[in-house]
Amino acid sequence: MRLSEAFQAKPLLIVYICAGDPSPAATPDLVKRLARAGADIIELGLPHSDPVADGPTIQAAAQRAIAAGMNTDVYFLVASEADVDIPKVFMGYYNMIFARGLDKFAADCARSGISGMIVPDLPPEEAGPLHEACLRHGVDLVFLAAPNTPPARLEMIQKETSGFLYLVARAGVTGARSDILQDTRDLIARVPDGVPKAVGFGISTPEQAAEVIRAGADAVIVGSACVDLIARGEIERLEQLVREMKAAIKAAKKSKAPIVC
Amino acid sequence: MSYQICDADKTKFGRYGGRFVPEILMQPILEVTEAYERLSKSKEFRANLEGLLKNFAGRPTPLYHAKNLSKELGRKIYLKREDLVHGGAHKLNNTLGQALVAKQMGKTRLIAETGAGQHGVATAIVGANLGFETQVYMGEVDIERQKMNVYRMELLGAEVIPVRSGSRTLKDAINEAFRDWAASFEHTYYLFGTAAGPHPYPSMVRDFQSVIGLEAHKQIMEEEGRLPDCIAACVGGGSNAMGIFAPFLKDNVRLIAVEAGGRGLGRTDKTADNGASLGCGTDGVLHGALTKILQDPFGQILESYSLAAGLDYPGVGPELAFLKETGRVLPKMADDKTALQGFRQLSRLEGIIPALESAHAVGYALQEPEALGELAIINISGRGDKDLATVMEYETL
Repeated sequence: MRLSEAFQAKPLLIVYICAGDPSPAATPDLVKRLARAGADIIELGLPHSDPVADGPTIQAAAQRAIAAGMNTDVYFLVASEADVDIPKVFMGYYNMIFARGLDKFAADCARSGISGMIVPDLPPEEAGPLHEACLRHGVDLVFLAAPNTPPARLEMIQKETSGFLYLVARAGVTGARSDILQDTRDLIARVPDGVPKAVGFGISTPEQAAEVIRAGADAVIVGSACVDLIARGEIERLEQLVREMKAAIKAAKKSKAPIVC
Repeated sequence: MSYQICDADKTKFGRYGGRFVPEILMQPILEVTEAYERLSKSKEFRANLEGLLKNFAGRPTPLYHAKNLSKELGRKIYLKREDLVHGGAHKLNNTLGQALVAKQMGKTRLIAETGAGQHGVATAIVGANLGFETQVYMGEVDIERQKMNVYRMELLGAEVIPVRSGSRTLKDAINEAFRDWAASFEHTYYLFGTAAGPHPYPSMVRDFQSVIGLEAHKQIMEEEGRLPDCIAACVGGGSNAMGIFAPFLKDNVRLIAVEAGGRGLGRTDKTADNGASLGCGTDGVLHGALTKILQDPFGQILESYSLAAGLDYPGVGPELAFLKETGRVLPKMADDKTALQGFRQLSRLEGIIPALESAHAVGYALQEPEALGELAIINISGRGDKDLATVMEYETL
């Protein structure tokens, strides 16, 4: 399924997991369970040795996955096996794509049912060649915007992104935080309604997810909170969290309708 | 600060360089770019920097005719004495420049990464002198092998933050510094220590370090009435090498970049036995730039190795990658043993204890004297006091 199709049924819950954590064999089943629990898109991370945009939780997951034998070949096998009827999105660092060859990487994504790519260390200025490869293979290339992205740059990123726009909720790296900042609300408000927008970085509870949807986001991305539960082997609690988050954002969407008095 | 060799958009050297960074860091990096471009044209800024280089750092450093080493090698060898810069290495040339940029930008806190500790010390010095809060990220492995520099940084009022992720060396210290900056950019300036990283760092660090080569160019003409046949400098990220090479790029002078050969050319799934990214690496993206890196076939970064912490880095500056590709700079290697030979020989022959990093360039010269031509300059990027414990330990093994 293309990402644009998925965004017809807003609000969406996007769940990030690190492929290969705790083992490559466990990943396809985990993806299926997350889909059953209500995830609308799975963001499947390819672990990198130097994940500069990630906090300690996802760094540790990447190290576990690499130690368990995850590499790019295994990643695409696992992604193919994780056969679900919701879109899967690749999330990973540019050097992993560059090392495989941009065209081959995009082709492998398409072949293994991956609809889009999120590359946190690839700004649009450097993305020309990968963008062309993605176009050739019908894969979306999702760009990120941050609270400190100035207006003209935000407009450029909006034009360049495909699938959706990933809004980084706050300064810093990935990882659970306890509050939603005014920065996040402001950023959501700065993006016009026509652009599908997903908010990630620091969202770990159903309450935060609901707040982000009420602030006007179309989707919420939850990562570290899920990765943390996987690290502790608490898969049922993970499914529970996904169910609660999904319920919370649905309720938030309804309550967002303007109140006429 | 007089030389430039960039593309039209100025962010790249040929296909190398660029800005491969998370979006949250784009704006801080663009602000540094803008500030540097503005200030590098400002007479007041340059006068301020030149004053500090002269009166605080102790520049110009001598270009010393090493008579005994010359005799040993059967050719005329000059040493560019960056070991005499305040702090004990060339690093202060860059930290003074960038700290003045940070001051102009209104930042109050400096962060830095350090491998051997020399860049950390140089950052701590400017932090103390120019009134910044300073925090330095340093890998646990490096903290262990460079205890003296850790103490020096603390004495200078900086906080050293141990890095426990990955290989716990320079590469991981850089990752942590970027993560810090992604959350702290409003009041914090990332003072990058080598001519690598995202644009504008490779160009800015080269420019601030090119004072080495500008002085050497003038000094060798005064002494010899001609340019040298060869210049040799050690390369980790490449700041001392680019600093001395840059003003000679258009001249007919052979430029030799001596990388860490470490234990040899061996590799495992996760590690390389050397730090020779220029000579043995392949194209890839690390720390914000497309350059030559040590990586596995899937693009995972290998842990490098060198006895010299300052050369223990799996990447290299993008401009050096470009200059290697065009054939202008020749990458060579000196392994641990060769470096130790250089360390001892220069101490005995000249009464100069070089940093283990610089000792790689000396060791290479001892091994391949004919590559130096008749008249050569070796860049002694730092002094070796910090390395005594490492060398003593190595000798007992």
